[in-house]
Amino acid sequence: MSVQLDPQGQLRHLINTEGLPRDLLTRILDTAESFSEVLGKSVKKVPLLRGRTIVNLFFEPSTRTRTTFELAAQRLSADVLNIDVATSSTSKGENLLDMLRNLEAMQCDAFVVRHADSGAAEFIARNVAPGVSVINAGDGRHAHPTQALLDAFTIRRQKGPLEPLTIAIVGDILHSRVARSQIHALLGLGAGEVRVIAPRTLLPRAIERLGVRVHEDMDAGLEGADVVMMLRLQHERMQGALLPSEGEFFSRYGLTEQRLERTHPEAIVMHPGPVNRGVELDPRVADGPRSVILQQVTNGIAVRMAVMSIVLGGQGEAPTGPIEEVAG
Amino acid sequence: MSETDLDIPQLLDSVAAAATNELQAREIRSPILVGIHTGGVWVAEALHERLQARPPVGTLEVAFHRDDHASSGLKAAVQSSEVPVSLQDQPVLLVDDVIHTGRTTRAALNALFDYGRPSQVLLAVLVDRGGRELPIQPDIAGTRLTLPAGQRLKLRGPEPLRFTLEGGPS
Amino acid sequence: MSRIHVRGGHVVDPACGLSEPRDVYIADGRILAVGEAPAGFTADRTIAAEGQVVAPGLVDTAARLREPGASRKGGIIPEAQAAAAGGITTLAYPPDTRPVMDTPSVVELVHSRCQAAGAARVQPLGALTRNLEGEYLAEMAALRDAGCVAVSDGGHPVANALVLRRAMDYAATFSLPVMLTPEDPALAEGGRVHEGETATRLGLPGQPAATETAAVGQILALVEESGTPIHLGRLSTARAAEMVAEAQRARLPVTADVAIHQLLLTEHNCDEYNTEALVRPPFRTAADRDGLRRAVAEGTISAICSDHQPHDPDAKACPFADSEAGLSGLDTLLPLALRLVDEGLLSLAEAIHRVCLGPARALGLPAGTLAPGSIADIAIIDPRAAWRVTPESLRSRGRNTPFIGWDLAGQATATLVGGRVAHPGNEAEPSRRQL
Repeated sequence: MSVQLDPQGQLRHLINTEGLPRDLLTRILDTAESFSEVLGKSVKKVPLLRGRTIVNLFFEPSTRTRTTFELAAQRLSADVLNIDVATSSTSKGENLLDMLRNLEAMQCDAFVVRHADSGAAEFIARNVAPGVSVINAGDGRHAHPTQALLDAFTIRRQKGPLEPLTIAIVGDILHSRVARSQIHALLGLGAGEVRVIAPRTLLPRAIERLGVRVHEDMDAGLEGADVVMMLRLQHERMQGALLPSEGEFFSRYGLTEQRLERTHPEAIVMHPGPVNRGVELDPRVADGPRSVILQQVTNGIAVRMAVMSIVLGGQGEAPTGPIEEVAG
Repeated sequence: MSETDLDIPQLLDSVAAAATNELQAREIRSPILVGIHTGGVWVAEALHERLQARPPVGTLEVAFHRDDHASSGLKAAVQSSEVPVSLQDQPVLLVDDVIHTGRTTRAALNALFDYGRPSQVLLAVLVDRGGRELPIQPDIAGTRLTLPAGQRLKLRGPEPLRFTLEGGPS
Repeated sequence: MSRIHVRGGHVVDPACGLSEPRDVYIADGRILAVGEAPAGFTADRTIAAEGQVVAPGLVDTAARLREPGASRKGGIIPEAQAAAAGGITTLAYPPDTRPVMDTPSVVELVHSRCQAAGAARVQPLGALTRNLEGEYLAEMAALRDAGCVAVSDGGHPVANALVLRRAMDYAATFSLPVMLTPEDPALAEGGRVHEGETATRLGLPGQPAATETAAVGQILALVEESGTPIHLGRLSTARAAEMVAEAQRARLPVTADVAIHQLLLTEHNCDEYNTEALVRPPFRTAADRDGLRRAVAEGTISAICSDHQPHDPDAKACPFADSEAGLSGLDTLLPLALRLVDEGLLSLAEAIHRVCLGPARALGLPAGTLAPGSIADIAIIDPRAAWRVTPESLRSRGRNTPFIGWDLAGQATATLVGGRVAHPGNEAEPSRRQL
């Protein structure tokens, strides 16, 4: 995914976690750590992106995701423009490239793009003006890199380095951009073992080529896991004959307290939200002591601040360059 | 990169002595020392010992307050600020290793105010190398040097602390 | 009609088992003789073909010309000219035009435009069902009388097996070859890339190989029962090619073609959401590509086509899911077929067979040969003429091809259609940019 990195190896766009070098992934998490400190203060705002404009370009409605990006941009003092193309009357029939040209004419610095089509964010990144960055906020089934990074950040905060960890991703892998990005991010950060657990109808072909172990039996898949990452199951999966019912899915792949006993005694439970209680997660697990679901939401802001501040940083310096001496 | 003959313990002693005088003159009994990452934190810790200051040393990461983000980007290893006490109405001794353009100090002052409104802020540095681009001057400087603009004076540490010169004519 | 002497070329005519230096004599639009000049022959024009290959004009089993219906993408005249420049003398035009070629009026329009073009012959394929909806039979007898040489599903497979069976039988009544594109509509639903590693990585809904094999199995079952000859177009899986081979061994009247690009590219060409590699059926695995190549070499697949689908730039300059399938193939059919010779997959004669005689037979046309008495459709080819594929080098209006940047060898230096020089045209056409 060479579109993401400039010739100096600097992150210019964030489209996917696939192919990002480990030191860059680590740097994003480290930077997010600093922003976490900022967010803990009474003044939760820094002037880093003062005068820069970030456009939330949402072709698919998602209030939750848009809000976290918006808050992250505001905490960085950027100006934020929200464009919900999904509900805008001008969207139908307008050529995407024409729309981009128009938005670029407003001198914005970054697009945060959410789109129902896989590849839309990469398409936009390949076609924006030089100097404009694109951050993928979810494209079809393809990628949701900031979610995956905030998940990795949450795991690192809870469990320390990823090398010794066994991480299980459970549920609708087939349709999940979150799962794909998690797999690339976790393996990129050196996670010991990543497993995917799902019935065969929800497993994409050749998923093992991404470097994961595949389990169709949940109990076996959870054995000894340090982290259980549950995915959201969309109600429409019952149509298309992928699953018979939510009840049967829960009985085989729902995370209950009983199933949780198979995992490592200190395993944590994650979910990108919003949780379908009683479908993916037993409410007692969702609200239980192992759940870090709310920490994920909190961490989402810091991670998105980190991504925005790195992507919008000047080009010219090597990522490991001694920038602190530039102006002593 | 070349080593310098700057004697750091001696510079620390002289900054500590000057700081003691200045604090006494201002009738400040217990200032909060805040070091600017990374070199300033080492200096603040050394001064903390010499001044026998009570409140723990605070650390300040100024990367998010810099004015060169759009051109130079975010540095690779961003640290976290840690200011363990409220600065509201407290005197602060802001500490850095070197003052050059004054831009870091400007960023640090902005970052500092996110932790409350200090009653006053003093600036202490080990070395004032001149070359200011902003109207900011240290209250206490261990020594004053004139270095060519292209040269970088960098404190390395934490153990032992030493100054190196990088770039430009040596 | 002029009398033409094609002098000194290397004649390759698989129908006659000929591959040697010969002169070709043409009069009244037909091949008069190959070898010795007929007594008293005087040429009005002599074409020097020394060092070149003289072959039957190429016959393409599937080329969309976008007229009527989408003139921003192509047009009968420019595409027929591009075909002639690519050595193609006959192309079968599938019926999925707008309006669909299910009435004689559309067929007549195509014929009249084709005549105006004075380039490659365009053979419209009649629709198998009305409006290609797979419900009611099209008026195939009327379509045949209007000049359709065959009927086709036009890339809209007939979902209902009973309708398909009846359509095949009805077409057979009027001796119309039936051209089908095997695709199970339910399995194909939503999938625009092969269901495999690339689809998984890119998060694109995949289309399993069974989309094709299930449909081939159904069609072969119908052929087995009715004995109706059919032609399977655009195979994309190795397994489907094996099924065709098995059917041919059982003496079922089945022929098949493959798009040339399926012999060269795989699903990985869609990596990074390359919309130029979005084709239907999709590029599949390397094993599928290799299986198709074997089937072409063995003759199970007797025809290689361009599956030409020109597009306007907007059709590809959008996210993968919104992009339109198909590539512009008229310009590259000949050099890519010759590439199979360079790669050692086919002999020159076999390659010429697969793009001339094989497709002509599938369409039931008496073309694809230089036998005396045949219509003088001839491609004179410089097999070493090198060129790099660039958007500017293409004569088709469609500049959409995943082969941009490829260095190819082989160009038609002259193309005769019915004994008339259709390429190069009268006005000195700029030759393709040379390397």
